[in-house]
Amino acid sequence: MSDSTQPAAVAAPRRQRRSRATRMLHSPMFFPLLGFIAVFIIMSLVNDRFLDVSNIENVARQGSVIGIIAVGMSFAIFTGGIDLSVGPVMALSGTLMAGLMAAGWPAPVAIAAGLCVGSLFGAFNGFCVAFGRMPPIIVTLATMGAAHGLALLYTGGYPISGLPSWFAWFGRGSLAGIQVPILIMLLVYAAGYVVLHHTPFGRYVYAVGGNEEATRLTGIRVPRTKMLVYSISGLTAAIAGLVITARLMSGQPSIGEGFELDAIAAVVLGGAAISGGRGVVLGTLVGAMLLAMLNNGLNLMGVSSYLQDVIKGGIILLAVYIGRGRDA
Amino acid sequence: MTAVLSLEHVSKGFPGVKALDDVSLTVEAGEIHALLGENGAGKSTLMKILCGIYQPDEGTIRLNGEARHFSSYRDACAAGVGIVFQEFSLVPWLSVVDNIFLGREPRNRLGLIQRARMMAEAYELFDRLDIDIDPEIQVHRLSVADQQFVEIAKALSLNARVLVLDEPTAPLTPTEVERLFKIMRRLREGGVAMVFISHHLEEIFQVCDRITVLRDGTYVDSCAVTETDHDALVEMMIGRKVDNIFPPREPRNTNAPILLEAEIGMKHATHTDSLTLAKGEILGFAGLVGSGRSELAMALIGAYPTRVAKIRLDGREVRFRSPADALDAGIGLLPEDRKRQGLILPFSCGDNITLNHLKQFYRPAPFLSRSREADTVDAAMDQVRVKAPSAETPVQSLSGGNQQKVVIARWLDRGCRILIFDEPTRGIDVGAKSEIYALMKRLASQGIAIIMISSELPEITGLCDRVLVFSHGRIVAELADGEIEADTIMRHAVTEPRRDDVSQPVTEDAR
Repeated sequence: MSDSTQPAAVAAPRRQRRSRATRMLHSPMFFPLLGFIAVFIIMSLVNDRFLDVSNIENVARQGSVIGIIAVGMSFAIFTGGIDLSVGPVMALSGTLMAGLMAAGWPAPVAIAAGLCVGSLFGAFNGFCVAFGRMPPIIVTLATMGAAHGLALLYTGGYPISGLPSWFAWFGRGSLAGIQVPILIMLLVYAAGYVVLHHTPFGRYVYAVGGNEEATRLTGIRVPRTKMLVYSISGLTAAIAGLVITARLMSGQPSIGEGFELDAIAAVVLGGAAISGGRGVVLGTLVGAMLLAMLNNGLNLMGVSSYLQDVIKGGIILLAVYIGRGRDA
Repeated sequence: MTAVLSLEHVSKGFPGVKALDDVSLTVEAGEIHALLGENGAGKSTLMKILCGIYQPDEGTIRLNGEARHFSSYRDACAAGVGIVFQEFSLVPWLSVVDNIFLGREPRNRLGLIQRARMMAEAYELFDRLDIDIDPEIQVHRLSVADQQFVEIAKALSLNARVLVLDEPTAPLTPTEVERLFKIMRRLREGGVAMVFISHHLEEIFQVCDRITVLRDGTYVDSCAVTETDHDALVEMMIGRKVDNIFPPREPRNTNAPILLEAEIGMKHATHTDSLTLAKGEILGFAGLVGSGRSELAMALIGAYPTRVAKIRLDGREVRFRSPADALDAGIGLLPEDRKRQGLILPFSCGDNITLNHLKQFYRPAPFLSRSREADTVDAAMDQVRVKAPSAETPVQSLSGGNQQKVVIARWLDRGCRILIFDEPTRGIDVGAKSEIYALMKRLASQGIAIIMISSELPEITGLCDRVLVFSHGRIVAELADGEIEADTIMRHAVTEPRRDDVSQPVTEDAR
């Protein structure tokens, strides 16, 4: 760069950006937001209670657990992987927190232990994927069952109750007028955004998803990156475990069944490529809220829960169809 | 005689670029027509229009004088246009014959595939081309050349009257190129019209009849091969005279300190190879494709399984478990296959360039300063002259030569002491080549030691201070100074290495 024949004036035009309209259209957020707005408008038209402030807050709170899990899932999917174990890991971390507190441990220690176990479980997934060179879908399918089993073993199959009453704050409290689960979710998204877009590790996540071989040859420690990615996924599952346990005020070993599918749906609705390398975590937030809004709206309309699943499935297919190929 | 194929006044624009502007091309039956031009001149775009993959904005395609419109590749195939792509379109795990008839298998009345008929037709095709390939073998087990011949056979089985060969010789060895030319000449006798794209001008003179040159998406000229020569063509392609694409030679500094000593034995080989590399020298790895050059280079940076890997850097023993370890020690490799091994295709140019030295842009760690990153990217892109609208341009929208420059830019100003270039100019035009040569020379003069792996002998002889010749997975000769000549290199490259010149005991054929 000491090349004095290249004055700054030559370099400057490279900085020029595409017009605002094109940038918006090409943003990975464009279609998710469009879908979100469309569903929002439809829901508020067919149901007059939908727009109540308290209902909107309900939507966000109901979506917060899946929303938090979906952050870790985004990391995994951006690297071209997947984490199916998130639901049981959430249950395992949650029951552990509940069990330790019920046994009289100080709450902060119990919470920290739950978060650690979630992260370590994720790290184990990451170890198998990165160093054992096994496909993530198989690894996490196996550990999904294992985590569920561990949660049942730990609790003996029964819910754990008798939690200190103030613990409910994490699930039902509010701070500065906003419900705590929503706040926690927003914090997790903010952290995810900063990590993905403002740290080298975040860039490596996308690089591994975009071209793993090239990333390795260029001198990036791919196994380390993957370990960290699955650890993060375990951690966010554990955070979701904290919220849901506090919400229910009991440690439920079998909760979270099928949550991995909702989390994957949120990531994909958020505009990410399932093959990796493309996607944004704020899109995932939009995707998670879109799902929550559908659940809530259909409930308000009195649609049977069986039919709700069919409608949700159809909407996911439609969303993926519309978003498909625009960045091919 | 009417032309079998004529493209008339074709124009095609993409958002922000005019890829083709009023280009015409006429090919007659039994003619091999060379389409020449630098990377990004519009050759591939023109061929994709011919094959119905793109639709022209203006202009007409005529086959046997009749105007045609192809709305898909299938349309073009049905009309008798065949193409052999740079990236093959064969399914690796299917057999040769299944590939040839994929999607149009002959069926009997019950709807079942008539395998015997397919086999018979395949044998007939191979006879016509005078090639000897087992139709039952799975495609991934064939050599690159044989795969290409299967592609050609596939095109012919569709009764192609026009055949496009897009840089077919790039991955081939000299003998394989000869075989390809033999097949092309046979097809010419059979009246097939061919469009041949290659960056090797010697090949054009060997096999082609006429030439059309494109530059920056416009038509420059057409002429018969006999009416022109090498220099005139180069001038037409780049629009200026090029006297010598290699930087001037300087006497080799034989006193330069040794930077790297390595003794490498591959995992499944019984021998070991040793090499040294001095500060500021350009060491060539010559030999045929598949002679073990890239593998040794990969082993040097810890990206290939080895049995023995004793590496001394500045006299100190080092051990690389991964390319990341090598990078920490200041050794970088620019791999052979830029799309598969070099670039993160969904990334922008800028993100590709800074990927392996992001830590330079810590604002406080671990956060990145986007603006400092952008400054570095701009400077690096200017230094290697990447032609791209901006640093944010997706790297996959660039031409091959510019993509290669992006890969190179990644390794500049990294503080690397050793850079390994694996086929740095594959598929790159003359102008960009000479820029890359000058850049390598400049890096060497700054004291960086360079290993260049190349299948192009002029490149080896024109640039290297010392050359190691590879054959059958091992180093068979070391040449320096006056010994570096094309025929000497070739002679060593094709010799079978002797069994006794190895430093390790040999067990009978450990492979």
